[in-house]
Amino acid sequence: MPQPLEDQRTTVYKVDPEHPANPSLPTLRTEEMMLNMGPQHPSTHGVLKVVLALEGERIVKATPVMGFLHRGVEKLAEDGTYHQFIPHTDRLDYVCAMYNNFAYCRAVEKLLDLKVPPRAEYLRTIVAEVQRIIGHLFWLGTQALDIGAMTVFFYTFRDREILLDFFDELCGARLTTSWYRIGGVERDFTPDLVEKLRRFCDYFPPKLEEYVTFLNTNRIWLSRTKGVAVISAEDACNFGLSGPTLRGSGVDYDLRKFEPYAAYGECEWSVPVGKNGDTYDRYWVRVEEMRQSRNMVKQLLEKIPDGPVMADVPSVTLPPKDKVFNDLASMIQQFKLFSDGFQAPKGEIYCGTEAAKGELGFYIVSDGGGKPYRLKIRAPSFIHMGAFDFMARGYMIADIVTIFGTYDIVMGECDR
Amino acid sequence: MHPDAQKIQQAFPEAAQNAVEWRGDLTIQVKRERLHAVCRYLHGDPGLDYDYIVHVSSVDWPDHPERFEVVYEFYSIRRKQRIRVKTRVPEDDCVVDSMTDIWKGADFMEREVFDMMGIRFRNHPNLVRVLLPDDFPEGYPLRKDFPVRGKGWRDTFTFIGEKTG
Repeated sequence: MPQPLEDQRTTVYKVDPEHPANPSLPTLRTEEMMLNMGPQHPSTHGVLKVVLALEGERIVKATPVMGFLHRGVEKLAEDGTYHQFIPHTDRLDYVCAMYNNFAYCRAVEKLLDLKVPPRAEYLRTIVAEVQRIIGHLFWLGTQALDIGAMTVFFYTFRDREILLDFFDELCGARLTTSWYRIGGVERDFTPDLVEKLRRFCDYFPPKLEEYVTFLNTNRIWLSRTKGVAVISAEDACNFGLSGPTLRGSGVDYDLRKFEPYAAYGECEWSVPVGKNGDTYDRYWVRVEEMRQSRNMVKQLLEKIPDGPVMADVPSVTLPPKDKVFNDLASMIQQFKLFSDGFQAPKGEIYCGTEAAKGELGFYIVSDGGGKPYRLKIRAPSFIHMGAFDFMARGYMIADIVTIFGTYDIVMGECDR
Repeated sequence: MHPDAQKIQQAFPEAAQNAVEWRGDLTIQVKRERLHAVCRYLHGDPGLDYDYIVHVSSVDWPDHPERFEVVYEFYSIRRKQRIRVKTRVPEDDCVVDSMTDIWKGADFMEREVFDMMGIRFRNHPNLVRVLLPDDFPEGYPLRKDFPVRGKGWRDTFTFIGEKTG
């Protein structure tokens, strides 16, 4: 005869077996629970699995399992010329492709000691900042969606779409752009595009205020971001965090200010820095960065100098497209550059660039040949995942998606 | 010579092999046995203060007697100075001391180097593969003797332009 099941609703359990009070109470068995989250969870921004050790709803340990999107980009780089690697960089952080192109081209230019014409520097900076706004809008929408505020997502994606259409007009692609070239950019702005960007600069600030109002006055948003995933400035540096994730903790490390490149020295802007190192501060830093980026774009649009958009070093840089079809020498130059590539000097460089997610760096070792001997990508998302366990311990299981989101993680870049 | 390189060479005359400055990047070659001590000095000395870890990387030179190169890059946020520390490791004993006790961020970066190049790190808390599956049988893909098209089950694929059957 089986025992009838105990009705747990009426039984009082003693959770701590060591507790002396009321020895007659039955003891409740407690144990750590393992929970697999992902890789197909919609809030993991790609394919990321996290193995959680839980005590009730508290996270005891969070182990990220990565590599579902590993494509061996670093190995592929060793098999192609320097020019051929540019489209691969689009697929790293596919939300902010322009910035990846920028970081890679800067690294190769540092290796070659190549100077880029001033007009190209301005265009590069403007597009990079527009890309940063896109990246942060994408982040704001998805982070709010993860936390449960759905409205913001629709609004930010509407504005992101406007900017992506500009990219479409600029280079024919919305996401995988490959617009930057070693020594310059692929093509110039049209006057129409400049006008559209100007209009966007006037359109954007009130819209941003609107989105921020949605969130700043939302009690759920505040209680789910304030004091969540706190990391101190010292720990953040020790983990190698970068970008808004580091600046939210109060460190003003921004390569655009520390090692000014492109046209960042030519405009007025400031680095927003948080105080508490929690999710809310990182949110605030990103919103503030969008305002700064918009100001930069507005200032730089007025000052674009005239001139070529590509350096003229025939052994390295590509000829203008219209010449390739009409001029024999340019056609040969184009053909040689894409079949053999150019010989880079022997040596090694590291070049870090402040992308939307953090410091995106390329470490290139050249043995004097036409292909990189070794190309290492310092992907901010990967390094941020290293601090994930540290930042997630002690928080509730529902905070896990907030903590993913606060890094602005993109798995294409994380797994490479 | 760069003042930082001079300082390191004074503190570790037997360990610091040479210092190069190229394209504005400072690189210091260090003996493997003293790498951890040099890095601890870089992190702890108030005059150097390299508190930020940038990346850990590795390069394979198959023809060199000491085949692998392990590359650490650090940054000092206060001094706005970057430094690259390199050490050479032979193939039959590719072990380096882990930096995880100095920079916590070195944990994942070193795991990636182990995953891709097969260099082991002594005293690393959890040295397992990070991007490839734990039971990946084909070795270390970023080594120069690993073919770009892959190994193992991918050998059974037919590629365009190759003879079939």
